[in-house]
Amino acid sequence: MSDNKNDVLTHPTRRQVMGQTLGLMALRASGVVFSGVPGFSQALAAGEKSIKGQLIISFSQEPTVFNPHMPHIEVDDGIHFSLFDPLFYVDPEGKFVAALAAEVPTVENGGISADGLTWKVKLREGVKWHDGAPFTAEDVKATFELLVNPDFRSWRKTGHDLIRDLKVVSPTEITWRMEKAFAPYPSILASTFITPKHLMSASADPNNAPFNNAPVGTGPFKWVERVAGDHITLEANADYFAEGPYVERLIYKYIPDLNVMYTQFKAGDIDVLGLQWITPDHYEEAKDLPGMTVSVVPAATVESFSFNMDRPQFKDPAVREALYAAIDKAAIIDALYYGLPAPTETYMPQQSFYYNPDLPKQAYDIDKAKELLDTAGWAPGPDGIRAKDGVKLAFTCSTTAGNHIREQVQQYIQQSFKDLGVEMSISNLPPAVMWGEYWMMSKFDTVIVGLNFLTGSDPDTSDYFRSTSIPAKGGAGQNTWQYANPEVDALLAKGGEVFVPEERKAAYAKVQEIMRKDLPFLPLFQYATVQGNKQGIEGINPNVNTRINTWNVGMWRRA
Amino acid sequence: MLSYIVSRLLQSLVLLLLVSIIGFAVLNLAPGGPLSQYALTPGMTQETMDRIAHQMGLDRPLPIQYLDWIWRLLQGDWGKSYRDQLPVLQIISSHLFATLLLMGTSMVISIAVGTWIGVRGATKRYSIFDYTATVGAMVALSIPTFWFGLVAIYVFALRLKWLPAGNMYTVGDGSFMDYATHLILPSLVLALVDIAVWSRYMRTATLDVINQDFVRTARAKGLSERAVLMTHVLRNALIPMITLAGLQLPTILGGALVTETVFTWPGMGRLFLDSLGYHDYPVVMGLLMFSAILVLVGSLIADILVAFVDPRVRLG
Repeated sequence: MSDNKNDVLTHPTRRQVMGQTLGLMALRASGVVFSGVPGFSQALAAGEKSIKGQLIISFSQEPTVFNPHMPHIEVDDGIHFSLFDPLFYVDPEGKFVAALAAEVPTVENGGISADGLTWKVKLREGVKWHDGAPFTAEDVKATFELLVNPDFRSWRKTGHDLIRDLKVVSPTEITWRMEKAFAPYPSILASTFITPKHLMSASADPNNAPFNNAPVGTGPFKWVERVAGDHITLEANADYFAEGPYVERLIYKYIPDLNVMYTQFKAGDIDVLGLQWITPDHYEEAKDLPGMTVSVVPAATVESFSFNMDRPQFKDPAVREALYAAIDKAAIIDALYYGLPAPTETYMPQQSFYYNPDLPKQAYDIDKAKELLDTAGWAPGPDGIRAKDGVKLAFTCSTTAGNHIREQVQQYIQQSFKDLGVEMSISNLPPAVMWGEYWMMSKFDTVIVGLNFLTGSDPDTSDYFRSTSIPAKGGAGQNTWQYANPEVDALLAKGGEVFVPEERKAAYAKVQEIMRKDLPFLPLFQYATVQGNKQGIEGINPNVNTRINTWNVGMWRRA
Repeated sequence: MLSYIVSRLLQSLVLLLLVSIIGFAVLNLAPGGPLSQYALTPGMTQETMDRIAHQMGLDRPLPIQYLDWIWRLLQGDWGKSYRDQLPVLQIISSHLFATLLLMGTSMVISIAVGTWIGVRGATKRYSIFDYTATVGAMVALSIPTFWFGLVAIYVFALRLKWLPAGNMYTVGDGSFMDYATHLILPSLVLALVDIAVWSRYMRTATLDVINQDFVRTARAKGLSERAVLMTHVLRNALIPMITLAGLQLPTILGGALVTETVFTWPGMGRLFLDSLGYHDYPVVMGLLMFSAILVLVGSLIADILVAFVDPRVRLG
């Protein structure tokens, strides 16, 4: 707990999509994905599937939010994926695969108009809610309406608030118009679970509906019970429309301490480890555990050394560049992170279609760093600390208190900076303080933070990089660096409206290039997690596009 | 006696009010809030956080929030959790059994064993037994529970495979034996420290009594050593222990944070820590009030009991 939910060290916390490519191509033309197809054939095979045994899955945080539209954390997603379905989801390759939709809407199949404004979604027939009621287009409509209901504590309105003229054409068809073209919307839909109208509307106050603690979905598993503080039990939905489920019972066990979780994994009490898996320091031992499968799985979150660009010290690009050159990334990764994460030069996950591999590689070079500062006129003062025009190159660095590895990283960097004539003092804060106003309203000098920058499962980063997204200046977003660059603004605006992946790619490659040059944050590495399960459990398939490994739990089975 | 109890209860009400005001203020004045855990979620914006805060009524002035909370409490409404929207009382009671089971078992063990060690140590002062008990108590008090718990799991669960590595019961089993085997390790780990504490107190209390005149008188009357010990020494030595036990009542219900964590025991200690971590103020306030009430009730009961047991004490 102390290493808590916010501090995402080596935990993939963010849902995003890499390998976005195919998904968006589907939108436009390629029509790669008629994923109705696998689901359909599997539905036919449903008669033969054998459902047996149970699986115990561990989480280090307790799932407590079962209405997928209310504010929640990663582990809650794990339960949502077991109980509910979206219209279509994102697979590990970044392709959209139809779930409740009969087919993924694309420009080619007429689901989306060429300008991206008119949508028509055909729904799967014969799907039933866990309580036996039929699933229809009315449920989809009610879900979209609930998400923008002003009285509802909606988790995310982005995209949904652009929907106009939402119409139920037939029980299996729904249409709407978008107020403006919004390319990230398919990715948002892929993480929007459909909830039953008949239960949601049964309660006057959707924030306190009985449904919220007794969820009913269409997913591979049905709700059985929650023993608060201990576990959640789900049972197989034998009538599931797609592949699976293959196990009778799922038990999501809450184990609040990662050392204890690892011990119980060793003892054989846990079948599949869930968030936040095995800590990096246990990797060496874990990979040789008899009877267990343990592997390193990349995650989308990127660790960065972030600047508050409003501080006078950091307005000079030479300072940011010099500090970047003074960080020994390789040593940090190898010595402190057991060599698990991958060094990176960008915020974009390396598995993404939009990843720009041509960015200059950072090299640890303290002499170059000194030269940069000398040239820029930052001369050492009598105390050895560089200054220019009365501004001293001294600042604080903050991160989540109690994250020991990060604290070591800070000390390491502090030492390098000291050699450079830069004074960095460490000022760490407990998570709730750190990631509250202190972070959001840019009250820091520098911060070490792990972020997933993508919107939904899309490469759009407007909320982070656009100059109008600075909360400290009244903007809506999370541009806490207070970074402003008109060129980036224009590129993001363009990328958000274009539906052709190749064109979008050019825009986002350029954004990455500019970010690498401007360095509002120094990209350190992309996270990796150490995941594990008992041998003999099949179907586990890590998906870097989701923030939880139980995204396909319906397909898990005992051999 | 009755008027004493009534006046104590009235004092308690004032105290509870103070506790609630201070607790509420400290919780809410601490930076961060129930929504800060969502800050790093992809796509989360300050605007969305502000909207949700408004919907939850978190943007109202603190005194208003407090008055709203206390007014509901006075009507018997303890509020609802920010996390899962369940009523606070229901959440507390759902964690109560686990804690009572663990703490109750461990307390029975520690009082029984601790009393025995303490009395024996006092009657056979400076014997090998006494020295061993003294050193043992120091060691037990010095071992961090977290470490001891993990060692116990390593030895008995991982190596010997005699006992489960944690949890209160096997999901799907839940028989008496299942509970019992799961209970052994955590309750012993927890009892270890308490045995040390109880044995030290008991030893001192027994020594206080054992050299007094009435004990010598009892012996002079020709009572057997056993009768002297049981009826004269023990009875009197136990009086201060009643006060101690009364003051321990709230800690029983507060749960054993560390033990509950190591053994993944779903009790009140975990609940409190989690609720604090998530800034789930209604639950934290509920737990605070609940334990404040227990402290007051516990000390009141202890005082009354002592008055009954010890004729020298007069209440009122």
